Amino acid sequence: MKPFDYVRPATVTEAVAAAAQPGAVYLAAGTNLLDLMKGGISRPDRLVDVTHLHGLDQIETLADGSLRIGALVSNADLAHDPEFARTHPAVAEALLSGASAQLRNAATVGGNLLQRTRCAYFYDTASRCNKREAGSGCDARDGENRGHAVLGWSESCIATHPSDFCVPLVALDAVVEIEGRSGRREIALDALHRLPGNTPERESALEPGDLIVAVRLPPAARGFAAHARYLKVRERTSYAFAVVSAAAALRIENGKIAEARLALGGVAAKPWRARAAEDVLRGVAPTADAFQEAAWRALTEAKASGDNAFKIELARRIVVRALLLAAAGAPARIPALPASPFASMSGAIHA
Amino acid sequence: MNHSISLTVNGARRDFVLDDPRVTLLDLLRERLHLTGTKKGCDRGQCGACTILVDGKRINSCLALAISHDGAEILTIEGVARGDQLHPVQAAFIAHDGFQCGFCTPGQIMSAIGMMQEAQAGNDPERVRECMSGNLCRCGAYAGIVDAVLEAQAGMDESNQRRSA
Repeated sequence: MKPFDYVRPATVTEAVAAAAQPGAVYLAAGTNLLDLMKGGISRPDRLVDVTHLHGLDQIETLADGSLRIGALVSNADLAHDPEFARTHPAVAEALLSGASAQLRNAATVGGNLLQRTRCAYFYDTASRCNKREAGSGCDARDGENRGHAVLGWSESCIATHPSDFCVPLVALDAVVEIEGRSGRREIALDALHRLPGNTPERESALEPGDLIVAVRLPPAARGFAAHARYLKVRERTSYAFAVVSAAAALRIENGKIAEARLALGGVAAKPWRARAAEDVLRGVAPTADAFQEAAWRALTEAKASGDNAFKIELARRIVVRALLLAAAGAPARIPALPASPFASMSGAIHA
Repeated sequence: MNHSISLTVNGARRDFVLDDPRVTLLDLLRERLHLTGTKKGCDRGQCGACTILVDGKRINSCLALAISHDGAEILTIEGVARGDQLHPVQAAFIAHDGFQCGFCTPGQIMSAIGMMQEAQAGNDPERVRECMSGNLCRCGAYAGIVDAVLEAQAGMDESNQRRSA
């Protein structure tokens, strides 16, 4: 690991000033960053440790009914918060389907949003990678790429964003609160991650020094609590990243879908909101046929980037099944195998 | 630049001067305190052999910078027995052959203790397997590990019942 300076700011303002310097990065739990630093993929000159900052580890309901989650809340604390799990079950299920218990105890909300891709060529410093080293090329294009993107990719980069948490968050219109050099601002989570285009090294809308201080879920998000699920296909049942995942949330009134939300994970460089699919579900009955139509809409623009055409059909099926599970209703307790297609549960209909 | 930190390790306060911030909790325990029960397997947060409890929660000590955990309370495998009296999870691992080579065992036991404190799995074998998935065992002693954890959990439930009766 390359040597670095360590600073522990006392306030958010001090943190922003310290991290705005070239070569500086924030350290939260470090579950992704330290791994990247040990492998020589990230080589920061300075770590700005934000873990001791006060006030960033709260889960609070605001006056307007929004839920505000501090950036330093751990993945485990959020998922196991009983009120949160009741009002946002798909988000809790997504969190519990990610990583291992040890990692969830450490990993933070802010860090989860900003974790890096697990593309093997990004991790292998002997490979060419436009994301790690701009302009060097992409060895994933002709490499082992069955896990890579089928939506929003470019010739420069076919990596995917690995977060589970972000998938239901983006479906539920989460907002990211950012403290930067010119003060506080907020952006939609959907606008945080960038598609690669010709600049895959630029992964987010954040500027130097920008610190995510909170994620907010609008009051409307809890309106989906009765019919929200996260479903994730992995190459093993636990402790694996998604091959494809989907978050589905429905608001059902008088037997019709009043509003639908749908997002996909494991398919693109960002959590992929499928608005065209949501549109076709508005006002119709929650039937398998309607969900098939939505699945087609969600993947209309999908294109294989290598040996991964199977992911397009897999994604369609996961979308249908996630919508069926959502229509059947969120379970009273998160299943023993969170988000798993192999979870034993009553009422599940195979697509 | 030197950094001073203090930790409580297995009940005893320890002060350290770090001349380099790159030291992980894992390396600090093994190299500075010679508490080598906590194992370095992958050193990249994948195998769970380095699992310890920090402020009561299980984490991978290989992915934690010591300097960032100034003031933390740490429990390692060396701190779970009371003298010659094994921790119930340790005793259950022996009773159920929850290991073969033993390298992953300290991490497995610390993870199981952390899991029981989290109280999410209860006596459901499927939940135990899911909640222990961050600890790999290359000898494949998983069946014994799950049995050991379930027995330790049942023993804890029983003693809690006795206490409340």
